[in-house]
Amino acid sequence: MALPQRKTDIGPPHYKDFLPPVIQKNYGNWKYHEELSGGLMVHVSNTGEKIWTVRVASPRLLSTVTIRDYAAMADKYCGGYVRFTTRNNVEFLVSDEKNIEPLQKELTSKKYMMGGIGDRISNIVHTQGWVHCHSAASDASGLVKALMDEFADYFTTKTTPAKVRMAVACCVNMCGAVHCSDIAVVAIHRKVPKIDDDKVKNMCEIPSTIAACPTGAISPDPAKKSVKIKEDKCMYCGNCFTVCPPMEIHDPEYDGVAIVVGGKVGNLRSNPKFSKLAIPYIKNNPPRWPEVTKAVKGILDAYIADAKKHERVGEWIERIGWEKFFKVTGLPFTFQHIDDFTIARETFRTAATFKW
Amino acid sequence: MPKKYQTPLLDELEKGPFPSFVTEIKKAAEKSDMAADELGQLEKSYRDRRGYGKHGGIVGVRGYGSGVIGRYSSLPEEFPNVANFHTVRINSTSAFFYTSKFLNEMCDIWDKYGSGLTNMHGSTGDLVLLGTNTENLETIFAEFSSRGWDLGGSGSALRTPSCCVGPARCEWANIDTLAINYAITQEWQDEMHRPAFPYKFKFKTAGCAVDCIASIARADCSIIGTWKGNIAVDQKEVANYEKGGMNIQEEIVNMCPSKCMSYNGKELSIKDADCVRCMHCIAKMTKALKATGEKGATILIGAKAPFVIGATLSWVIVPFIKMEPPYDEFKDLIRKMWEFWDEFGKNRERIGELIIRKGMREFLEYLGLDPVPQHVKEPRRDPFFFWSEADLAK
Repeated sequence: MALPQRKTDIGPPHYKDFLPPVIQKNYGNWKYHEELSGGLMVHVSNTGEKIWTVRVASPRLLSTVTIRDYAAMADKYCGGYVRFTTRNNVEFLVSDEKNIEPLQKELTSKKYMMGGIGDRISNIVHTQGWVHCHSAASDASGLVKALMDEFADYFTTKTTPAKVRMAVACCVNMCGAVHCSDIAVVAIHRKVPKIDDDKVKNMCEIPSTIAACPTGAISPDPAKKSVKIKEDKCMYCGNCFTVCPPMEIHDPEYDGVAIVVGGKVGNLRSNPKFSKLAIPYIKNNPPRWPEVTKAVKGILDAYIADAKKHERVGEWIERIGWEKFFKVTGLPFTFQHIDDFTIARETFRTAATFKW
Repeated sequence: MPKKYQTPLLDELEKGPFPSFVTEIKKAAEKSDMAADELGQLEKSYRDRRGYGKHGGIVGVRGYGSGVIGRYSSLPEEFPNVANFHTVRINSTSAFFYTSKFLNEMCDIWDKYGSGLTNMHGSTGDLVLLGTNTENLETIFAEFSSRGWDLGGSGSALRTPSCCVGPARCEWANIDTLAINYAITQEWQDEMHRPAFPYKFKFKTAGCAVDCIASIARADCSIIGTWKGNIAVDQKEVANYEKGGMNIQEEIVNMCPSKCMSYNGKELSIKDADCVRCMHCIAKMTKALKATGEKGATILIGAKAPFVIGATLSWVIVPFIKMEPPYDEFKDLIRKMWEFWDEFGKNRERIGELIIRKGMREFLEYLGLDPVPQHVKEPRRDPFFFWSEADLAK
């Protein structure tokens, strides 16, 4: 069968062709919105017209079977219109109020989870992990599933002091927004790469391999036409492995995850912040990483118990102080918590004010 | 019939209320040999606590240097159907709106030529098709492009730009994020499909400082909508919020970072000249407060994940720019930035890293921008500053 005629550099289709008619009519003319439940909100236009959004969790990794089911429900209740959020939720855009309940009923009967709107835990943004990434130090989808099962009530009904945004990255490359999340899990390696000199010679470009190292730990090994690593300078980031695969960094015995807290991207109340280290290492324990879910739950519970309304995790910690954070969470403070990378001195306490 | 694998570990991840990715892979594995082997290989990863994805040769479609990422199994003999497991990035629509018609067509193509597995969406915002063979790539591209869809970016190229839901369904949007996102994507198709940059470059457009697209953390160029006028206050709605149980003093006034608000129990007053436009009060009292006056965007540059010098957030380059079609001023500014990067950037150096290495002064001078206090959190503390001949002559 002949192939259809290919076209190049046409870019994506125009978004207007994918907007429900009520959105086309009220584009840029919305007046306000109301959160009606964990998984339902309504936007009201200056003309009085409304659009309801029913938000549903997805695992991001979706089969065509499930996407076809979304499409079928969109046809049945939404005039065929559906969108995805930046946090991998699915949003059914309902223009006719009487379709909301039947849609919610069908979603419930099919065990879809509605929620994620407002001051709750929304879906966890994450990376590819063991599904196919070459540099993963843990699996991302499995960690997300275990965490979201634990916090399902906070997605659907229960509320938190402010929204809680979580992320999981399967290595320090951080394809997810781990570096600016309320609570995030980042997988780490802890052993120096093992160099296969014969393969490095044939497969790798030495200068770019050396340049990939953030700490200058890699130098040429001219005798072997390979490279060598100054072990005490290596921080196991794996950037060299990405550039030069025969520098094997995986080590199932020592790989695992770290937990970081207190980041945000919004400018509300306080400026955007990076996440900071709370727990330097938890062993990989698939399939459900019970130690990780327990640790995250400990931090979340401390936050819920003590934070003021609208305070994000990072704002709560800044108000109470980091020494208090470690105290109320019971987390040990270790050498790994004290920065020794590029901005280390900015993080040292240059004041005599702190709590006991 | 695709091969059936025993997956006792992954089966544990089908339990619990949250939708399961394992169930998704199993659904695809009923029809696809590739998805079946993916499931088998993933079970082995769970057993061995390590991934079996592998780097390999570059693959793509004719005339393009990006859009497809070659992925391979490091265990091709054990799992032959994922020996190739290439990723195809389809450029998503602005703000991820779709029709059922397109989704069904996409599924038809992908069931025929791929594993039936997707990511909706990848971290950068592409519609990601997970797992196909090299020989299917041209066919997949012809099927999509003939229906009006194109590939996204990969490698040292412009990556697929993305934006928040903006004016399509949000009352806070100061700029038309969907239109800007579409315009950027169409303007720079060549930059996206034929990698010619020192490294990757990402645009993200947010309608306001709530930044639902995480532009300040995740884009080399963050475009954040803002305004110059006052916040209009509807005192009747303020009263309604109080009646509804809101503690306006605690929740709004005390949480204002610039302390520009006061509330006497009846009226909420705002000293607009002191407002920094953080969006807290507007977001919490959306019926009562509204940004008015001149609208535009703040352009910030440089966010990236930790490699190589540590993670960075974008920083202000242009505090305020009008963002209206055809966006000529903005486009010229970006071209000038890319010229600077092309001239001085090293291989695999992001534009933010280059600015840090060369100094803000060189970058701003190259762009022809004057220094303003909005560029910094605070002036320098050290006494080590440069004087050019021109400075001395002043």
